[in-house]
Amino acid sequence: MPSLGADIEVGTIVEWRVRPGDRVKRGDVVAMIETEKGLVEVEIWQAGVIESIVMREGQKVPVGTVLALLRSDGAPAKAPEPVPAPVVAAKPPPPPAVASTPKIVPPTPAIAVAAAGRQRVSPVARRLAAELGVDLATVTGSGDHGAITKQDVERAAQRVAPPPPAVAPLQATVTTADRQAAMRKVIAAAMSRSKREIPHYYLGTHIDMSRATTWLAAENLKRAVPDRLLYSALLIKAVALAVREAPEMNGFWIDGGFKPGAGVHVGVAISLRQGGLVAPAIHDVDTLRLNDLMRRMLDLVQRARTGVLRSSEIADATITVTNLGGQGVETVFGIIYPPQVALVGFGKLSEQPWAAGGMIGARPVIAAALSADHRASDGHRGGRFLAAIDRRLQEPETL
Amino acid sequence: MTNDAIKAAVLRAIARVAPEVDLTTLDPGVNLRDQLDLDSVDFMNVVVAIHADLGIDVPEADYPKLTSLDACVAYLAAHGAG
Repeated sequence: MPSLGADIEVGTIVEWRVRPGDRVKRGDVVAMIETEKGLVEVEIWQAGVIESIVMREGQKVPVGTVLALLRSDGAPAKAPEPVPAPVVAAKPPPPPAVASTPKIVPPTPAIAVAAAGRQRVSPVARRLAAELGVDLATVTGSGDHGAITKQDVERAAQRVAPPPPAVAPLQATVTTADRQAAMRKVIAAAMSRSKREIPHYYLGTHIDMSRATTWLAAENLKRAVPDRLLYSALLIKAVALAVREAPEMNGFWIDGGFKPGAGVHVGVAISLRQGGLVAPAIHDVDTLRLNDLMRRMLDLVQRARTGVLRSSEIADATITVTNLGGQGVETVFGIIYPPQVALVGFGKLSEQPWAAGGMIGARPVIAAALSADHRASDGHRGGRFLAAIDRRLQEPETL
Repeated sequence: MTNDAIKAAVLRAIARVAPEVDLTTLDPGVNLRDQLDLDSVDFMNVVVAIHADLGIDVPEADYPKLTSLDACVAYLAAHGAG
């Protein structure tokens, strides 16, 4: 059971995606687990063959538990006593800092994610079926390629009274309200820990966005719908590049010392409409092309909405960006997500009076605010970091 | 394509980005972004899904016209999906 960030300690296995004898490669999703922060697809970090499944579907297990045994490539198939390597028992090793080809997260749609040859069920439908006690084997799917949708499950639940659960009812009593309460609790724990342990300092500045928005509008005119960019992608990329000039903002405060992040993995705060918040990571943002970053953002938000994220996305963020501009907020002074050491908040992009060269004109302006851990950095460096973000946004074509 | 078919396509796009929303309660005359609390990424995902489904490339300058469900259907009907 991999580490899923500081605030998740246990998870329930919802579904195995592999069986003994299956061959897996690095990055494959092997299981789906339910946590207080939603469903998580567990990725594997070694290639090999699944030797055996140790923990069954429906079992609730703490982080660090061995879930399955993997026979690494090269190990003899039927050797009498090779000790198989534990699968995903510990946090995966961080990717190399200079990886030019980061782990590619395949753009699998969140709907109908079941493995080939198995029943296709959307994660939302699977969760609902567990709640309502609907046996998915009795449901006919009406979605794409016969996938079972939430509506199919609802119809099935109305048709038949829920049968008595045969084996290990999977959280049959967990309701949406329970789930929201559980998520609230983990957020409360993480934020309390942050305010208790992290001596925050806050710095704010206003950034002239006229170059960035002009460039973006011209660029989007040339692009078809799926390739268009949002200014939030520019902000995230600018932060990731600015980190190179202020590496002490990127990483973790662990055991009384700063551990730099291996790569710039930007956590993107996503507010969930049903309540709560997740901040999954986009990996190696500093080396991602803007087009790819945009695609990852669209995919990540979509999957967060559907309630299924990957284990590496939940565990790996080295710095967080939050954007409350859509809510009309002018400035965001955020709380750092421990054990990270910095968070950059952006407010609303709006036209404001701006003095430059002895003249006052109207320009699109955004407020950027840094919350940083004073144990890991000082205000002077934080100021340089914000200035670097500003400078990057004045050269949008280089992002 | 009928207005009903266009409406169905828009609702499919919304169901993708807001799976937790009960679409039967949607007020077709009220601004979608306000009503469903869609952020800019959600809205872009809606436009991308409509593009994939109906093949209509809505220029960025026309995004403000895609306010309510009714407005979306009217716009799309007038711009190629009719």
